[in-house]
Amino acid sequence: MADPLLTVRDLRTTFATDAGLARAVDGVSFTVARGETVGLVGESGCGKSVTALSLLRLIDGAGRIEPGSEIILEGKNLIALPEREMRDVRGNRVAMIWQEPLSALNPVMTVGDQIGEVARVHAGASRREARVKAIEMLRLVGISAPEQRAAEYPHQLSGGMRQRVVIAMALVMSPALLIADEPTTALDVTIQAQILELLREVQQRMGMSVLLITHDLGVVAETASRVIVMYAGEVVEESPVREIFSAAHHPYTEGLLRAMPRVGATGGRLAVIPGSVPAPTNWPSGCRFRDRCPYAWERCEREHPPLYQVGAGHLSRCHLAVEPERRARPHVPLAAASGAGAGR
Amino acid sequence: MSERREEAAPAMSRAGDGDPGPWRTAVRRLRRNRVAMISLGVLAVFVAAALFAPLVAPYPPNAQPDIVGLARVAPSWSHPLGTDTFSRDVLSRVIYGARVSLGVATLAILLAMSAGTAWGAIAGYAGGATDAVMMRIIDAMLAVPRILILLLVLGLWGNISLPMLVFVLGLTGWFGTSRLVRERVRALSTQDFTLAARAMGARDLRVLWRHVLPNALSPVIVAATLGIGNVIVLEAALSYLGIGVRPPHASWGNIIEDGADQIGSAWWIALFPGLAMLVTVIAFNLLGDALRDALDPRDERRP
Amino acid sequence: MRRLLAARAAQAVAVVAIVATIVFALTHLAPGDPFATAVGTGELHPAQREALRVRYGFDRPIAEQYVMYLRNLARGDLGWSFSRSRPVAAALAAAVPNTLLLMGTALLLSLALGVAAGLLQAARRDSAIDRGSGAILLVFYSMPDFWLALMMMLAFAYALPIFPVSGMIDPVMHEYLGTWGRIVDRVRHLVLPATTLTLLITAAIARHQRAALLDAARADYTRTARAKGLSGRAVLLRHTLRNSLGTTITLVGLMFPALLGGAVLVETVFAWPGMGQLATSAITTRDYSLVTAAAIMSAVMTVLGSAIADVLTAIADPRLRER
Repeated sequence: MADPLLTVRDLRTTFATDAGLARAVDGVSFTVARGETVGLVGESGCGKSVTALSLLRLIDGAGRIEPGSEIILEGKNLIALPEREMRDVRGNRVAMIWQEPLSALNPVMTVGDQIGEVARVHAGASRREARVKAIEMLRLVGISAPEQRAAEYPHQLSGGMRQRVVIAMALVMSPALLIADEPTTALDVTIQAQILELLREVQQRMGMSVLLITHDLGVVAETASRVIVMYAGEVVEESPVREIFSAAHHPYTEGLLRAMPRVGATGGRLAVIPGSVPAPTNWPSGCRFRDRCPYAWERCEREHPPLYQVGAGHLSRCHLAVEPERRARPHVPLAAASGAGAGR
Repeated sequence: MSERREEAAPAMSRAGDGDPGPWRTAVRRLRRNRVAMISLGVLAVFVAAALFAPLVAPYPPNAQPDIVGLARVAPSWSHPLGTDTFSRDVLSRVIYGARVSLGVATLAILLAMSAGTAWGAIAGYAGGATDAVMMRIIDAMLAVPRILILLLVLGLWGNISLPMLVFVLGLTGWFGTSRLVRERVRALSTQDFTLAARAMGARDLRVLWRHVLPNALSPVIVAATLGIGNVIVLEAALSYLGIGVRPPHASWGNIIEDGADQIGSAWWIALFPGLAMLVTVIAFNLLGDALRDALDPRDERRP
Repeated sequence: MRRLLAARAAQAVAVVAIVATIVFALTHLAPGDPFATAVGTGELHPAQREALRVRYGFDRPIAEQYVMYLRNLARGDLGWSFSRSRPVAAALAAAVPNTLLLMGTALLLSLALGVAAGLLQAARRDSAIDRGSGAILLVFYSMPDFWLALMMMLAFAYALPIFPVSGMIDPVMHEYLGTWGRIVDRVRHLVLPATTLTLLITAAIARHQRAALLDAARADYTRTARAKGLSGRAVLLRHTLRNSLGTTITLVGLMFPALLGGAVLVETVFAWPGMGQLATSAITTRDYSLVTAAAIMSAVMTVLGSAIADVLTAIADPRLRER
């Protein structure tokens, strides 16, 4: 197998807050192969967005990437790069897009200028060349009348078009990796489908890898080949996409799947995972999911579970891997019993 | 200019809520701010000096002991800030001047804030045509430099008493506040808690008074603190021009007027009252900034 | 864009009309009339005063006077200035350019300095430079304008006699100077008043610009710009700055009345022959026509100033152009 494009090893990102040190990302490791689409899934607060920002070293303010973390892209450790070289990577070898395209775009610059800026920064393009490239990119992402659109401002375009512009901006330098942080969450369902289709197309054409961050398992099912589930700053499960749906191992993943509303299912209440995500300043001892887990037993409190191998390419951070018989004896999770409701 | 989270209305405190409420949190934050506390201290000293002027000032402010021998004396031990044209002690005059300048400014700004709040609240709450007309008038009034209006009124009416001066100063200063209040009231009156109050059957006036207004007041308080410096300077300017507070009453402005003609020779007469004004205004500005930081819910975000 | 201009123009006319009415009301509510002072000083005999009153329509009912007044205004007839013995329009025409020169110079300098200062502070946020310059700016922001003018005069015209004390030109020598000499003379006289105003305005602009920049820097598009590989400086200059200028220009537009007021005081201190001097002397001599004209003129200037600011803001922020 060829070398992976991206290898993340033991990434730790912390933030200094009034309430103490928040370990938002606490020892995350994974790889992304060339041309692969990997889904990174989890609730808000699990650390997936911070992981993404860490990859591009866009963490600032009170946050820092702890020494000992490694992010290896095409053989280079990004952590060790001087800032100037890191700038060469951003927008060039690795691009990132976000959820809300209206605020991601500069309101006082034309979309053409914003797309062209990438070419001017990384390829030394002149204004005219950048303009041409911008129009080409707009056409690539399926925007009609690209010459006119290039001269327009973000507020003049529809939500779906704006997200296409954002994607166009990311693809100018044909990056090897595209990180997409909830790219469709803010869009209408029909537009969502279009954007996902666009991402698939573009990825195939360019042989690009995609790290797709989302809380929506449905999106993952459509586009990713592998899924990584995060919880409380850690990876808790990793598997090929089919297996996640047919044979999820970690109780958290099970809970997520159960909570997905199904078309056609009638009556009954939506299954909810009781309790809420613990605070990143104070991760519980042992397994961080134990208070909300229907299978937890005293080992879970004592011993922090490592990532066990539970199948081909399938990892799970759960002691059920070595004591699978416990799965037959579910109980009411601690969080539900103590009446802790949703919300902190 | 880009999308930002909407400013949430500060939660209103109710008795027995457990939540300290926006005012108490603001006070706590303010206490922690060293600069704000120092400014408050300085202002307290000035105000105390003004209130207890007869006890603090070394000489009576209008005493002219020796026009021939003691006039225009440079700062010395017996007269730390020097004497003026009429041999009056500058330090004492500055202290008494504080009474007038601070007093006039405080009263004027209270008047202005009340008028502005009332106008703005009514306009903001009523909406529609009433709002439009009321705000158009404000636009017109804001178009003329305040000092010109004051010059007009004070110049045309000739000698006016101190209370009238306060009145006129107050009446020319409420326009900006009314706009501020109107914005806030408009924003708040469409928010859920107002709609809820009205849905519960509360009459408009009551809703305005008990629910909307307390939340709209914080920018007014900040504006008042920041604006009082302005009024102090304005009154001084008018007195300097000869149409504000007139001699023999001492006001920082007319002491400067006395010193202006002889700025080259007796520089201390114009310098010190101005310095006093500068320190006062700086203190108010620092305090106002700190108040704004303390009351602004947006600051919750800072790590 | 055209609709924006049309709307602004209509607003401007409305505002000027309201101001004119208010000024009319004030001048006619005040005790006395333009000729009272003259009678007091013995220049006019009471009978002459009566004759003048009739002649200028002061005996007519107020409503009629108001209509006459508005009609004259619309026609551009500003009346006669008693104190200056020339048409009001002429007196204004002589004074306004001088004020514009002073204010214009100060405004341009202040914008450049203020934006630069704000940029420097925002780029080096919380550093010694930021705090230090912030303190200095605060001091100038809090300073009484006329007092600063006096202190400037003290420092640079008396203590260090580098610049002239007052006026716009040297009253004695100016006629005999060559072209170059005259220019230098004018510039020398401009320095102190313009510097005073500049210091005051720069402080206000810099404070605002810093806040506007820090605000704009929190926006999401700066994160996008960094993800594109732009350096911190490029992000600041190419993205954040452009987004913050709009509010600064709006601020200047809003500050116009205050600017004019400041100019009035500075002019008075330095005896600069502009609108400020005109207004103050007109009021003390109760030259009603001149007073009303000066007040209206300043309203016009303010309205024009804020209209220009609005247009500039729309140029800076394309989202505002649709209205």
